[in-house]
Amino acid sequence: MCTYHTERVDMAGSSGKGADGWFPLSTASVYFDHPVHAPEAHTLNIDFLNPSLGPSARVAVEMAPAAAEALAHAILSGIRAGGALSE
Amino acid sequence: MTHDMKAETVTIRGDGGDEIEAYLAQPVGGDGPFGGVVVIHHMPGYDRSTKEVARRFAAEGYIAVMPNLYHREAPGAAPDDAAAAARALGGVPDQRLVGDVRGAMSHIKAMPNSNGKVATLGHCSGGRQSFLCAVSLPLDAAVVCYGGAIVKPPPADFAVKMVSLLERSKDLQCPLLGLFGDEDKFPTPEEVATLSAELQEHGKDFEFRSYPGAGHAFFDVDRPSYRVDAALDGYKQIRAFFARTIA
Repeated sequence: MCTYHTERVDMAGSSGKGADGWFPLSTASVYFDHPVHAPEAHTLNIDFLNPSLGPSARVAVEMAPAAAEALAHAILSGIRAGGALSE
Repeated sequence: MTHDMKAETVTIRGDGGDEIEAYLAQPVGGDGPFGGVVVIHHMPGYDRSTKEVARRFAAEGYIAVMPNLYHREAPGAAPDDAAAAARALGGVPDQRLVGDVRGAMSHIKAMPNSNGKVATLGHCSGGRQSFLCAVSLPLDAAVVCYGGAIVKPPPADFAVKMVSLLERSKDLQCPLLGLFGDEDKFPTPEEVATLSAELQEHGKDFEFRSYPGAGHAFFDVDRPSYRVDAALDGYKQIRAFFARTIA
């Protein structure tokens, strides 16, 4: 399937490491679609981007759905443990 | 048939007269002139697997041109990076897509070995765009392989912007072949039935097939979704369809 479900997240204050080293991130695209590389029919994909630095300023991950769900919980748990959860 | 071909990267005029990159695969030798196929790449981009599709049609005796729909956003970038850049910007606007395909169609028709007939073919998002071209351009044929969001577009708050094309069914100007999977969710068999009913009502020349046990992307040999029976019969249908419409 291609759901076209794409959400954009503001990533100001964040950094990512790509092929040319670290760079500041400005946005992330989160979507459920075909992977380029992962051995699954569909994956939860995140592109961490900084368009002002060109299309190759990108950190990409393609996650099996169960792994993505576990990661989402782990992210929230980590932020909560750090006392930085916003609600 | 020798399957001999020449494949190369060329520059064509796309929407608004913009110069964009395209992949051109054409038969070498043989008994031309040849029909043309504009291959519309899927959302993951102007990639190796879609270039293989273009070469397949060249091997079968057609001039195939695949415009790089993301050339403006990311010239020279890796296909997956270009796709990510285009997705982040909301995808390819429909009007620009039609302009780019019109440019590819003109490029083919101007070639000395063209017979003047051109079809479009696309998978997934390219399937929707192939349908969009079939209701917008003076094509000779169009193939839609599991095109999603023709009937039911994504919600308006999604980053990727699309509108329903169902009402455009009345504008279909050429024979249409649609190949779908019974297990697909985008589009669902219900959406395919809705589109079929609409085309039927307007008396259009179309044929839809939906394969049991196949879901989305059943043609894609590099993915677990590949279904050999559906893909083989699908290519058989496309061969017969092109022989009837553009050969």
